[in-house]
Amino acid sequence: MILTASWFMILAAALFSIGVAGVLIRRNALVMFMSIELMLNSVNLTFVTVSKELGLIEGQVAAMFVMVVAAAEVTVGLAIIVAVFRRRTSANVDELAELKG
Amino acid sequence: MTDLIWLVVALPLVGAVVNLLFGKRIGEPVAGWFAFGTVAAAFLVAVEPVLTLARNSAEPSTHYLFSWIPILGVDAELLWDPLAAVLTMVVTGVGALIHLYSIGYMKGDERFPRFFAYLNLFIASMMILVLAANYAVMFVGWELVGLSSYLLISFWFTKPSAAAAGKKAFVVNRIGDWGFLVALMLIFAAFGTFDFETVFATAEGTLSVGMATAITLLLFVGAAGKSAQIPLYVWLPDAMEGPTPVSALIHAATMVTAGVFMMARSAVLFEMAPVTGGIVATVGVATALLAAVIAIAQTDIKRVLAYSTISQLGYMVLAIGAGAYTAGIFHLTTHAFFKALLFLGAGSVIHAMSGEQDMRKMGGLRKKMPITFITMAAAWLAISGVFPFSGFWSKDEILIATFHNGGFWYILWAVGMFVALLTAFYMTRLIVLTFMGSPRWSEGVHPHESPSSMTIPLIVLAFFTTTAGVFNTPFRLVFENFLRSSFEHVAHITESEWALIVGLAALTLVLVFVGIVFAWRRYSTDELPLEEDGWWSRALAGFGVDDFYGRVIVAPGKQIANAASSADATVIDGIAHGVAEGVRSAGTGLRPAQSGNVRGYAAMIAVASVLLIVVMVAFGGGF
Repeated sequence: MILTASWFMILAAALFSIGVAGVLIRRNALVMFMSIELMLNSVNLTFVTVSKELGLIEGQVAAMFVMVVAAAEVTVGLAIIVAVFRRRTSANVDELAELKG
Repeated sequence: MTDLIWLVVALPLVGAVVNLLFGKRIGEPVAGWFAFGTVAAAFLVAVEPVLTLARNSAEPSTHYLFSWIPILGVDAELLWDPLAAVLTMVVTGVGALIHLYSIGYMKGDERFPRFFAYLNLFIASMMILVLAANYAVMFVGWELVGLSSYLLISFWFTKPSAAAAGKKAFVVNRIGDWGFLVALMLIFAAFGTFDFETVFATAEGTLSVGMATAITLLLFVGAAGKSAQIPLYVWLPDAMEGPTPVSALIHAATMVTAGVFMMARSAVLFEMAPVTGGIVATVGVATALLAAVIAIAQTDIKRVLAYSTISQLGYMVLAIGAGAYTAGIFHLTTHAFFKALLFLGAGSVIHAMSGEQDMRKMGGLRKKMPITFITMAAAWLAISGVFPFSGFWSKDEILIATFHNGGFWYILWAVGMFVALLTAFYMTRLIVLTFMGSPRWSEGVHPHESPSSMTIPLIVLAFFTTTAGVFNTPFRLVFENFLRSSFEHVAHITESEWALIVGLAALTLVLVFVGIVFAWRRYSTDELPLEEDGWWSRALAGFGVDDFYGRVIVAPGKQIANAASSADATVIDGIAHGVAEGVRSAGTGLRPAQSGNVRGYAAMIAVASVLLIVVMVAFGGGF
């Protein structure tokens, strides 16, 4: 069986869907974060796949950018989550609604 | 010394600035003496150039100060010629005396230094107006004297009537200023310059008669505002709310003559528009008559003098209209002396009567205030036109010039003669009611002679009031010869015959005599004639002109203002509030979307993304 690009795309779609489901269903901020990471990486996977398939370097560059941005985002996001933990011992996002309109 | 003529403007200006900034620290009475010093110094600076001008009949000279509006070619430039010289002498001379007088009169006033700052500002402004070498600079002075007049009329601004009078003077003057400003625009359109020298030298070939008429009529609108002519005279009687020295300096001797001066300065243009001359003279005579009639019925000593000023300004305007510019300026000069004297005398009387201004409550003051009485009597004879006081010569000259023009000018002359009789009548009434007869003082009033800082100016002015006539008698035309170079473009009035001059003068004297005797007999009784029936009360109220303006101009103006104000409150504010309200309700409507539920947001993003993808797939991304 030859691994064609389709398999990678299907895997990426599956990973992305799992990520979306995680964000929508789970209440724990940390787990939601992990789900977001999953989505980002699935996108990275499509980028690289398509890049390889079409012989264009831009897709890989985009993947690098996504990684860097994701790392930065995680830093900030984790810091916020840690701060929230310190104040209220739970990371249930449904309880964090002080800024609602 | 002529090169230092800018000092005449600069010195009072320095006085004004210093008193404005440091007046409180300098304090009373030094602030007053300092202000007096600057004006007196300005007078002394001007004396030598005047003598040079008179001795050698030197050429008029212009003095360039700085480039003001380069794009229009307007320079700040001063013109030193005989006409400016006469006004400089009058303004700084009489001005200095009135400063001196004010030191005594304003004694103890809370804002003593501020008063002198304003007075100095006025002198500086007036000198800018007088010495201007082009219409633009003149306009600056013109507006500045208006400003100082406003500040000084409403000097006691805590009195509502004074504040209102200041406002009225300013607003009415604005109407005149509009005319002046439009005239300036026409002048610039026609000549491309404001410069007196160029305008007057090239007027003959540049201006059509129609254009000259338009310009001069608009200039006259400006002059009518400043010099209180019909229909814009209404501000001057109210201006008496200001301190009396202000009335004397600004609203009698100097500022109100600015209109006459401006027209005399523009003599070349007026000569080109004979129609304007007729209108100007007619308005002048009508003003003189109306104001004299109103003056007869006034009971407030200052209001008599105010209407008398309007009446005398009417004479000057008549002179301008008749083309007798020298006579007009001569009357301006003598009037400055005797009217300033009358006002200062009235101030001295009011001072002595503890603020009482009603002549019916005076009487018998001649024994208590001999200096005030004698000096004021000189002014009374001068303004009435009794030989040989100054007013006799100047007024007669105007009437003779009017008579000389012939035709319909005979009517103006006859009215002018009648006004001379009325003048003698109301001035005699004032003197008799104030100084003669027995006292009718209110209780607790103890009249006394004023301090010497007030009486010295009275004496000096009385000297000039009595003798100033010698400058220009039919025998010695010193004044006319002196002014010749200022009016060299203007055709001169041909000399009248001696028999005519003497005959007309004799006729005037008879009329004046009749007026004096009639008033004397009427008022020097113990029982004052009752002057309250219909005619007297109507004249006392100025024939309801103020009410008329109130109904016809002010009330509709207020209605328009109210309509505009409510339009602002409903339409303009409505639009602004409507926009704000729309934004606010949109915000309220969208608020529930911000639930604070993170997973809700995520769901929205997911759903929206899916929808977007569906749309893009369906339309092939081609939208």
